[in-house]
Amino acid sequence: MQIGVLAVQGAIEEHVDTLSHILNKNQIMRVKTLHHLKQVNALIIPGGESTAISRLIQKNQLYQPLKKTQMPIMGTCAGTILLAKKGGKQIKQTKQKLLGHMDIQVERNAFGRQKESFETTLNIPILGKQPFPGIFIRAPAITQILSRKVRILAEHQGLPIAVQQGNKLALSFHPELSDDTRFHEYFLNTMTKEF
Amino acid sequence: MAIKKRGTKRVKRGFASMVKHGVIMDVVNAEQAKIAEKAGAVAVMALEKVPADIRAEGGVARMADPKKIKEILKVTTIPVMAKCRIGHLAEAQILEVLGVDMIDESEVLTPADEKDHINKTNYHTPFVCGARSLGEALRRISEGAAMIRTKGEPGTGDVSEAVKHMKLINKELAALPRMSEDELEEKANTNRVPLELLLETRKKGRLPVVNFAAGGIATPADASMMMQLGADGIFVGSCIFKSDNPLKRAKAIVEATNHYTDAKLLARVSSGLGDTMKGIQNSSLTKEQQMQKRGD
Repeated sequence: MQIGVLAVQGAIEEHVDTLSHILNKNQIMRVKTLHHLKQVNALIIPGGESTAISRLIQKNQLYQPLKKTQMPIMGTCAGTILLAKKGGKQIKQTKQKLLGHMDIQVERNAFGRQKESFETTLNIPILGKQPFPGIFIRAPAITQILSRKVRILAEHQGLPIAVQQGNKLALSFHPELSDDTRFHEYFLNTMTKEF
Repeated sequence: MAIKKRGTKRVKRGFASMVKHGVIMDVVNAEQAKIAEKAGAVAVMALEKVPADIRAEGGVARMADPKKIKEILKVTTIPVMAKCRIGHLAEAQILEVLGVDMIDESEVLTPADEKDHINKTNYHTPFVCGARSLGEALRRISEGAAMIRTKGEPGTGDVSEAVKHMKLINKELAALPRMSEDELEEKANTNRVPLELLLETRKKGRLPVVNFAAGGIATPADASMMMQLGADGIFVGSCIFKSDNPLKRAKAIVEATNHYTDAKLLARVSSGLGDTMKGIQNSSLTKEQQMQKRGD
């Protein structure tokens, strides 16, 4: 089993570090090209600047393959934006191309600029009773759920911040910036069946 | 109801993690900011004049006009950073109120305090600061900086000082594991940094915050070289909007930063960019002309 971290821009090493607590080093791969993508069974799209990531995956000829792939994908922050089917005003303004894997509408920077970025504790039933550290950085919001296939895993102030649709998982926050590996474990254990 | 905490170390350092492997571009107006965003910049740095012009014109360089910063904030969706003078806590307070995403306490502007830097823990907005050595980087981090960049020599288009600073930091980091407890204590003392922070750095084997390269980077090859030396990303200043085709050069530097080990791609994106800024050779600068000597 090979797990990829999309390595074009953003918090790549942070996800690799978190995965290295759960997997052997040789099971983790940084995905920069199509050649890399073909070797992995599941993928994490990290946080970063979604405009930059979106441009670079097009440049790197990864856009179509990522759009068509059936593999399990977990997106955090910018990754969530890319997984969405529909984008709000800011996404239209920058003409970002989304991958459209999940029936959700998202808006960038929905919680405000960096000085409004925050951390809190989240109640996430699928991960057990212990609260999960929620680190939100210029975080996107999932503003609309567009189909019944989407399951809300957690909310913050009435807004969904963790959603799942089949083998796709989208989070508004950054589990990779905390020491808690439970979300990565959930992704690997529950969503990648062969694991 | 869970408590919501803003401006924590994790939130500030986490912001810097999100711009990693990216390029941050100096811009002086909204139009340039839009070009930077279009080229794939991960953030823009708003300032009154680019370093090359500050150098050419002389005089006191200060924080940019808030009106201009607001215009830039309005047109971009990517993070906006802005510079304040070293030690100028009021400029930093103004930038925080304006809503910039990161403040650069920068030697490019004329220092407001010859002795002290800003106490950056007092702000919810994260700070980036320049450094030439491990000691300088750790001093800034202990004051609350969430990100470090090499100082290099701004506005010259000469990458050699950035190379020097990055290599020195790398060399000092590599020496830490071999040092005895006494030697570490002495290093902490001579560098005026908390021993705890030095030990944390030794354990991590790298700076505990994101470290970009800055100061004199002018070409895709310069960006690639700095990434190969271990930079987490690139700041480009004067070179983009002082060149013939800013959009093309900006895109080329973004691609070079992404594929910094791919020499074939570097050759392709470096082709036909037009004239690179003329620049100034570092070794021709007098001590007074060197911006990197400002703040220690």
